[in-house]
Amino acid sequence: MYPSKFDYHRPSSVQEAVQILSGNPDAKVLAGGHSLIPVMKLRLAAPAALVDIGRIGALQGISRSNGSLRIGACVTYHEIANSADVQAAAPALAEAAGQIGDRQVRYRGTIGGNLSHADPASDLPAAALALGATLHVTGPGGSRSVSASDFFVDLMMTALQPDEILTGVEVPVAQAGTGSAYAKWEHPASGYALCGAAAVVTRGAGGSCTGASLCFNGVSSTAVAATEVAAGLVGSDLSDAAIDSAVGNLSIPDATGDMFASAGYRQELAKVMGARALRTARDRA
Amino acid sequence: MAGESNGAGVFGSSIRRREDPELITGRAKYTDDLQLPNTAYCTILRSDYAHAKINGIDASEAEALDGVIAVYTASDIADSGVPGGIPVGWLLPDMVIPEHFMLAKDTTRYVGDGVAIVVAEDQYTAHDALELIYVDYDPRDGVADPKKATEDGAPLVHDEAPNNIAFDWEIGDKEMTDAAFANAAHVASLDIVNNRLIPNAMEPRAALADYNSITGELTLYMTTQNPHIHRLLISLASLGLPEHKIRVIAPEVGGGFGSKIHHYADEAIAAWASMQTGRPVKWTATRTETYLTDAHGRDHVTHAEMAMDADGKFTGLRVDTYAAMGAYLSTFAPAVPTYLYGTLMSGEYDLPAIYCHVYGVFTHTVPVDAYRGAGRPEATFVVERLVDEAARVSGIDPAEIRRRNFVAPDNFPFQTQVALAYDSGNYEGALDKALETIGYDDFRNEQAAAREQGKYLGIGLSTYIEACGLAPSAVVGSLGAQAGQWESAVVRVHATGKVTVYSGCSGHGQGHETTYAQIVASALGVPYEDIDVIEGDSGVMPHGWGTYGSRSAATGGSAIASAAEKVVDKARTIAAHLLEAAEEDLEFEDGNFFVKGSPDQAQSLPDVALQAYLAHNLPKGIEPALEATSFYDPENFVFPFGTHIAVVEVCANTGHVELQRYLAVDDVGNVINPMIVDGQVHGGIAQGVGQSLYETAVYDEGANLLSGTMLDYAVPKAHFLPSFETDRTVTPCPHNPLGVKGVGEAGTIASPAAVVNAVVDALSPFGVAHIDMPVTSEKVWNAINN
Ligand SMILES: Cc1cc2nc3c(=O)[nH]c(=O)nc-3n(C[C@H](O)[C@H](O)[C@H](O)COP(=O)(O)OP(=O)(O)OC[C@H]3O[C@@H](n4cnc5c(N)ncnc54)[C@H](O)[C@@H]3O)c2cc1C
Repeated sequence: MYPSKFDYHRPSSVQEAVQILSGNPDAKVLAGGHSLIPVMKLRLAAPAALVDIGRIGALQGISRSNGSLRIGACVTYHEIANSADVQAAAPALAEAAGQIGDRQVRYRGTIGGNLSHADPASDLPAAALALGATLHVTGPGGSRSVSASDFFVDLMMTALQPDEILTGVEVPVAQAGTGSAYAKWEHPASGYALCGAAAVVTRGAGGSCTGASLCFNGVSSTAVAATEVAAGLVGSDLSDAAIDSAVGNLSIPDATGDMFASAGYRQELAKVMGARALRTARDRA
Repeated sequence: MAGESNGAGVFGSSIRRREDPELITGRAKYTDDLQLPNTAYCTILRSDYAHAKINGIDASEAEALDGVIAVYTASDIADSGVPGGIPVGWLLPDMVIPEHFMLAKDTTRYVGDGVAIVVAEDQYTAHDALELIYVDYDPRDGVADPKKATEDGAPLVHDEAPNNIAFDWEIGDKEMTDAAFANAAHVASLDIVNNRLIPNAMEPRAALADYNSITGELTLYMTTQNPHIHRLLISLASLGLPEHKIRVIAPEVGGGFGSKIHHYADEAIAAWASMQTGRPVKWTATRTETYLTDAHGRDHVTHAEMAMDADGKFTGLRVDTYAAMGAYLSTFAPAVPTYLYGTLMSGEYDLPAIYCHVYGVFTHTVPVDAYRGAGRPEATFVVERLVDEAARVSGIDPAEIRRRNFVAPDNFPFQTQVALAYDSGNYEGALDKALETIGYDDFRNEQAAAREQGKYLGIGLSTYIEACGLAPSAVVGSLGAQAGQWESAVVRVHATGKVTVYSGCSGHGQGHETTYAQIVASALGVPYEDIDVIEGDSGVMPHGWGTYGSRSAATGGSAIASAAEKVVDKARTIAAHLLEAAEEDLEFEDGNFFVKGSPDQAQSLPDVALQAYLAHNLPKGIEPALEATSFYDPENFVFPFGTHIAVVEVCANTGHVELQRYLAVDDVGNVINPMIVDGQVHGGIAQGVGQSLYETAVYDEGANLLSGTMLDYAVPKAHFLPSFETDRTVTPCPHNPLGVKGVGEAGTIASPAAVVNAVVDALSPFGVAHIDMPVTSEKVWNAINN
């Protein structure tokens, strides 16, 4: 488990980090290192240089303003899971972060790394997608914002350019009547999501559903939104029966499988996990 | 616990493990922690192909890399004049024994087969250089499934083994068994795949070799369960160095489960590289290499049938097994699916007719060898699953059918139909205790009520027997072992009365330093704290055979007990002389010799020891000093047994199996340290639950290992498991001085059947008869929904 040789940079600002990246096409951002270092040790990746963004102050911290929550890219899962702000404003995200890996992983891994790596079995992409997160990105040409639905492109591919850095994630604060939840089926070997469901539901004045979102990790090559389930829920009374009937329509056309769970079985699991997440989200709404 | 541990009461108490403070504070030194000046580092290029011809190897770029000392291939080893072999140490009649050389010569036979060696100034360079060696492979078809490998036309692993059959072995009486089936009232039958496992010792294998060309001595620090076996095999088969010039040292060893018994090429390669370069050479496996080279376990395809009369009495058992050997015959591999498997087929039952037939099969996979339990888990799974299936087809309760068929307590010694003679047992005793603790009758009511509500509970029994502490040596030899199975011990009392104990066993996590000291404290009546235990250095202790097969207490402990007894005998002679009394008049209590009735006039063992060393006043004919050596060859195997019970709930929506309770009632004879025994049982159960629900080494059709990392190979985690309940009955071993049996493997042997029986029981409303391991949620879901 010895990686190839690499240079190491530790910039103190986003500007400086971006500069190093644009001057080194073979450089990679290092955040928590809990995905990048393992693949380097397996020699599946051999970046010529690492740009360690862990000491950049601007990438730290969770703040709440104007109806949204801003989480710095280098905030760890531990911080997110234990943040009263995140728990109140976006319980699905706190729940997802709290179920990642083990304690060591949660102390090191970062939201920015998790979303940028875009591992299909990671826990945070579905939560970000369901919550309608906005991702802030800075590159040599300046900063831009990307919605979560545009960010995840394909298997471990995102809208990030190689010389861009994800600087923060913005999540709308749940308004009265909105609840969210994350339900995870742990892969017995990796502990990643064999199937993870993030649900957000909003109830109108009469109690019926006025908005819903249900997204999954682990079942296909990127986080996916089950739009047909969400559409089926809007207007319903969000009863258990309504939820069961809506998830009954779930279909993930490009579901993937492995030795532990075939694509077909994952679809079945997704129905169960989707219903679980929706029920908890409803109870919180 | 200091101070509480004086003398005789130490045996049987849960003293905390003295080895733990060093281990858990990170102070303990493992092989890779050791540093020698001027060390070079060795890496091994491994085949990416399950089966390929090697047309050529171009290492020039690697050789030119800064920091690379040398790159070697098989021809360099051959040219150096060493024998270069990796031998098999258990011979069966008519077995095909293909050549196994330290590196692949012209053909690779599994993904991971060694092809070239790099020696470099540091680990990084040694790994960089691997990427600069170009091997011209001509890939061929491979085969991984042991049954398919025997079909006509399957790719051959070795040309000299037609249909890939390494051996064709049988035990029992075929005619008698066939007759039992012809007359059976009921027959239960199952097709079983015993899933291939990867050992996953926490510490990867490693070696640090230091060859001194002036003295001709090789010092080899390595991850071994048996330093003397490695010394012997490296001397005879691999390097040809004289045995007395090789010293094999096992520093702290971080688990083995069998995987560090075997003699692999890698440690011999490090030693050979040290001979070539004149420098110490270190090799440490990456985790990937542990997956690709540590001998795997299990991997059987079996058809098994049980014949019964109308009352559910077993009348015959017929078993047909294809057992993978992998690409080469590993050290003790041939024994595992034969003498450690076929001989266990009687289980705890009075079975009048048994026939077991086994093909040992070459496949293009990592070699398969002993892994915790070694053959006995596979046999127990066959027997205990079949007993449950017998209960199902005959409509008899699983506990009741076992009771009807147990060897009765007054029927010992019991000669089975498959060679073993059980010396003692009380199977119903353990079963009763387990059923009562778990509340079996109540459970059946609860289960019925739960089913009404769509909840599926299941209970699974496994009433297992284990034969461990293989012995005696002459018998083991007659079965093909190229090794003895006695054990050595030295008990040395120093002049001050402190004691050093040397054992030929070689612990790697079991707690020998604690338990062996407990044995000696009780035997000599000296404080536990005054006793040190040393293992794992072929340069220090007499020849021994190491630690595996649950032999360290039964065989190693007995050797220690008999050496201690010799010490006491000699001390008694000296004490009698000092007390001017007759030896037969002396009592020995709590470390003091005294004449019966006058305990105030005593000579303590330390007093006697001092006199023994001063030698100013010894009885005639008595040599100075106070120590004894014992070479203990047991009379028979030991036969632990017990009942394990698993309780599960199966979720009908997802197929998820939740292990709710797990109870083990084991009979391991007298118990030296109950806490350590519980620890062994817990670890064994966790591994067995791992096999039954999670773990499996998966090869694809082309014999590529798909489960090659911990991301894909599911070792059980603590939160998958309930808190285990353990209890015991005590039936002492009648033939060894301590009355102890073995416990290292019991949990792995018993638990897979208990868990799978519980799942199948839970699924009985769906008519499910069997699910192969690992019982994943998906398999359960399919069983419910199809
Ligand atoms: C034992 C173990 C168990 C795990 N279990 C889980 C689990 O259950 N669920 C789960 O979701 N994950 C799991 N992970 C993965 C973990 O969450 C990683 O931390 C995460 O995938 C990557 O985050 P990181 O901060 O460690 O990023 P790094 O490993 O440092 O980087 C990952 C990738 O993202 C890029 N990158 C990082 N930050 C940025 C940024 N701000 N801008 C642009 N690019 C960036 C890097 O260049 C790299 O390509 C596990 C990991 C381990 C080792």
